[in-house]
Amino acid sequence: MDHETTIRETTIIEPTVTYSKVNESVIRMLDKPTIKWLSLFVFDLAVLAFGIFCWMYQIYMGLGVTGYRHPVFWAVYITNFVFWVGIAHSGTLISAILFLFRARFRMSIYRISEAMTVFAVLTAGLFPLIHLGRPWNFYWLIPYPNQRGLWINFRSPLIWDVFAVSTYLTVSSIFFYVGMIPDIAAIRDRVKEVPRKIIYTILSLGWKGSSWEWSHYTRAYFYLAAFATPLVLSVHSVVSWDFAMADVPGWHTTIFAPYFVAGAIFSGLALVITLAVPIRKIFHLEEYITVANFEGMAKLIILTGLIVTYAYIVEPFISWYSGSPPEWGQTVFRAKGPYAPFFWIMVFCNSVIPILLWFKKIRTNIKALFIISLFINIGMWFERFNIIVISLSHEFEPGAWGIYRVSWVELGITAGAFAWFFMFFLLFIKTLPALSIAEIKEILPAPNKEAKVR
Amino acid sequence: MSWIRIERYFEEENQNDSNMRFIPMLCQHCDNAPCEPVCPVYATYHNPEGLNVMVYNRCVGTRYCSNNCVYKVRRFNWFTYRWPVPLNWQLNPDVTVRSKGVMEKCTFCVQRIRFGEDRAKDEGRDVRDGEIIPACAQTCPTKAIVFGDLKDPESEVSRLSKDERGYGVLSDLNTHPSITYLKKVKWDKV
Repeated sequence: MDHETTIRETTIIEPTVTYSKVNESVIRMLDKPTIKWLSLFVFDLAVLAFGIFCWMYQIYMGLGVTGYRHPVFWAVYITNFVFWVGIAHSGTLISAILFLFRARFRMSIYRISEAMTVFAVLTAGLFPLIHLGRPWNFYWLIPYPNQRGLWINFRSPLIWDVFAVSTYLTVSSIFFYVGMIPDIAAIRDRVKEVPRKIIYTILSLGWKGSSWEWSHYTRAYFYLAAFATPLVLSVHSVVSWDFAMADVPGWHTTIFAPYFVAGAIFSGLALVITLAVPIRKIFHLEEYITVANFEGMAKLIILTGLIVTYAYIVEPFISWYSGSPPEWGQTVFRAKGPYAPFFWIMVFCNSVIPILLWFKKIRTNIKALFIISLFINIGMWFERFNIIVISLSHEFEPGAWGIYRVSWVELGITAGAFAWFFMFFLLFIKTLPALSIAEIKEILPAPNKEAKVR
Repeated sequence: MSWIRIERYFEEENQNDSNMRFIPMLCQHCDNAPCEPVCPVYATYHNPEGLNVMVYNRCVGTRYCSNNCVYKVRRFNWFTYRWPVPLNWQLNPDVTVRSKGVMEKCTFCVQRIRFGEDRAKDEGRDVRDGEIIPACAQTCPTKAIVFGDLKDPESEVSRLSKDERGYGVLSDLNTHPSITYLKKVKWDKV
């Protein structure tokens, strides 16, 4: 078939892979955890425990244990929130938008990125609670009928956030689960031990793999993908409005929605690479996650990185062109003030480093890609930090300028959040199919007699 | 926590220069307050008298109001502050003691306003001009702060706010501050 040869040429999946091998390789990943996995998991839980201790300490003492100083009232927590919501975006981009565009390089990495999406939203969702002055009253942000006759303020972008993030969590987890049903059934058929067998049987919802089931399933998956697609654009736009709707110089910009969406996909793709490279190596998945997969992502990073760089250029231009002294003062303060190192780290990591990806030799080199992806992760974290902290510390009133310094509690909670994310991820790797068995088989040639003999 | 701060601005680059301007900065009780729409739980809202009021027990502490306040006059309770005896005597019995995790700001001494209104109501009359004096105006030895009803065209504060020296701080941001500042006329420019 002509169609098949074109797929073969790009080697999304190595030609040595057969139908039965896919099942074996993916289900092999769920084998009994090794000592390495267990020690990693215990270390992760220890970091998480420290993060939880920090949060408890903060709740007990009050928010004063953080580095907040007047007028910087949002800092690392909101930075983490925006960072993790951003990370969550590329998962749906890869699984939903690239599915609709029939981009085949998504096949072997989309499950990992979808899992990353769900866990990143779970991590992001913690931070609006952690940063509250009175976190035990968090449910006041949810509209529910109550005896006190109180209602929420729908004009507040924070309420839009509540809806955006909870919608995104719901849709992305349903999409994640629905995509896994046929694979879970394949695991169910393979495992023998009783507790696992029962759990996978329940999770597989009685999937038999009949053609009737498949015809409904593919349609449902298609509609879910179409439903999830607008969310990729809307959720981070709403998050950007937390800033764009405010009057703070450096926040009040119309470019924020597209800028944040591009930045979100940019950072998310980088984290997919950061996660996929070790998984590929540890579980020997070189035949499945090929260089072509990584190259596809690297090209998307080039595109989104260019959009982000464009925003970095437009922002100072508009602040100069506006003729507004606070706006221009903010721009100069970013580039030359006490926070300038962070600003230049951001520019270096997000605009200069991705230039390397223009060279085919570099973007097809897995090690180089891994290192570049780490740089982008750091750069994107600092981008959010710069937007939030630098803007707040240098506003309209010169009499109320102030400098923020991070405290150990904030660093502890940040480390704990990373541990929280990796805890879910480590569990996922050992319990659920990290590659899509069903979708990989879609692009394999149908098994024939020779394959059977082999 | 201080709800009013005195900002110092120097005329010249050299800070030894004695040509310094003071701006007492407190909540401007904006008619179009940027802090109000961003609060997710309506903890800060506009009351019918035109005051920008803060409901402490509704506040969950998102601190968005302070970020959006262009005057940066809001203060946050970072800890549970303790007032061991005899420091507890400095607490005003008419003012709520705020707990940790809530935002607070200048109220224009709302307790004094309520007291004055109630007394006028008991005596069956309107509030007289100058009858209600907030704490800052009371303590200012040079009487630089004047408080009153802006809607009453006869009041002292109305007369002063129409002065040609009057300006609102950052009023170009369309916040419509309630406080009018009177520009200092310099001796060499008269």
